[in-house]
Amino acid sequence: MSSQSNTPSALSTIDPEVVSTLVSRRSAIAKGASASGLVMAGLRLGTVPTALAALSTAAFGQARLPTTVSGVLNFALKLEYLESEFYNRGVAAPNLIPAADRTIFLTIQAHENAHVDYLRTTLGASARPKPTFDFTAGNGSGTGPFADVFTNYATFLAVSQAFEDTGVRAYKGQAATLLPYKDVLQAALTIHSVEARHAAEVRRLRGNFMDNEPNQGWITQARTDIPGTGAVYAGEDTTVQLGIDVTTITPVAAKEISEAFDEPLTMAAVLAIVDPFIV
Amino acid sequence: MDASSAGMPGQDGRTRREFLRVAGLAGAAMAMAGCSGTATEMTAPVRQGTPAGAVVGPNGEITLDFSSDIDVLNYAYALEQLEAAFYVTVVANAAFGTIFTASEQRLLRDIKDHEVAHRDFFGAALGAAKIPNLTPNFTGVSFGDRTSVLQTAKTFEDLGVGAYNGAARYLASEAYLGVAGKIVSVEARHAAAIRDLLANRSADFAPNAFDLGLTPTAVLSAADPFIVESITAINT
Repeated sequence: MSSQSNTPSALSTIDPEVVSTLVSRRSAIAKGASASGLVMAGLRLGTVPTALAALSTAAFGQARLPTTVSGVLNFALKLEYLESEFYNRGVAAPNLIPAADRTIFLTIQAHENAHVDYLRTTLGASARPKPTFDFTAGNGSGTGPFADVFTNYATFLAVSQAFEDTGVRAYKGQAATLLPYKDVLQAALTIHSVEARHAAEVRRLRGNFMDNEPNQGWITQARTDIPGTGAVYAGEDTTVQLGIDVTTITPVAAKEISEAFDEPLTMAAVLAIVDPFIV
Repeated sequence: MDASSAGMPGQDGRTRREFLRVAGLAGAAMAMAGCSGTATEMTAPVRQGTPAGAVVGPNGEITLDFSSDIDVLNYAYALEQLEAAFYVTVVANAAFGTIFTASEQRLLRDIKDHEVAHRDFFGAALGAAKIPNLTPNFTGVSFGDRTSVLQTAKTFEDLGVGAYNGAARYLASEAYLGVAGKIVSVEARHAAAIRDLLANRSADFAPNAFDLGLTPTAVLSAADPFIVESITAINT
């Protein structure tokens, strides 16, 4: 464990390389060649992220992804396109992100682009096209409620938080559908938890890392300080899990219990949330 | 929640084993309990399949059978026991109020509450099928030292994320997978926050585009120094 967690930079460096190697080898593999030797070596050593292991089996081990899987992955791809373009544009916008915070957003940007690459590679010809986005949430008008998203840092942070928290709920909501497809499930989960790390960081950044409500790393009840994001947090206040009212079996207060469990959203609920951002 | 909970006073292993033997098959008993409900999927876990699940040896050694959903939940319960005990000890330490700022204290108390809630939830959900209380071994941690506490917290949170990510594939029940998913993202939020306390405004909060999915054997090996009882995973 420690050897793996202590070498993140090596993995970060190798991921895109492996992905691009696989992409370039797609046609060869389709003609019957075996998966990349680099990936296979990595699997034996246990050093290639699980996502890439799934990539090798899901994308190349079978001629076509099951429709159920491609449906979920294309849904995920839509959200990852949304996030990656949001950060690509945010990072490129002049005088938006303060120098002190650039490392954080360059990191998130790199991750979202890696997620897009992974999903596109896995889906292959089934990958949906990239939508056209309107990050003001104006459905293409460019004059939505977040009209100053790339000129006002506070707005950019608010939209970032909403996207990340939505992403966490979106992946979580698809876990059951992926249950029969163990490798894809695990790959999706390893993205899901990274989205949660992003969400926590952005939430804390919004509060200047002072851990004052509501700018903590976690979601408290269904609260939000961002106008128009009620649907992003709907249902997060539950304290009932597996039919057990957790308030009755622990001394922990209901508020902290709600924080301790992140709730899923259905695909339909997520699509409704992101709809104003898509032209 | 009081500090005594940190001790995770152990139930005697032999008693546990004999309970299982006397109960004939905890599975049968649990299945019966499940049948009395109207929506079994959403009530307390029911041992699935024929394996007896967690087996506790005469010296408290625990064997978790990953072909049983119950034992996958017991695996999560073991890790949550460890995390809860750790943070309970952290906030109870005399130095807590001086080595951490007020903001950091709020954050760590919240995390403690979350982990205690996770532990108590799994205990309640598993009922009679749960493994005994584990005995933590935190001799390697300096609870009066900020860096030691945070480095240990980072280890536990990242381990938790990797453990849930890697264990989901063993679950047969959508309901249990759902609850594991609800918890793993909170562990990831914790991991980011703790990493942030160690290296503010750096890239450390999310060191990779893809988190790890760790095998049960790797996780139990990493957790082993912190738990007195030995825990072994089978059928992984």
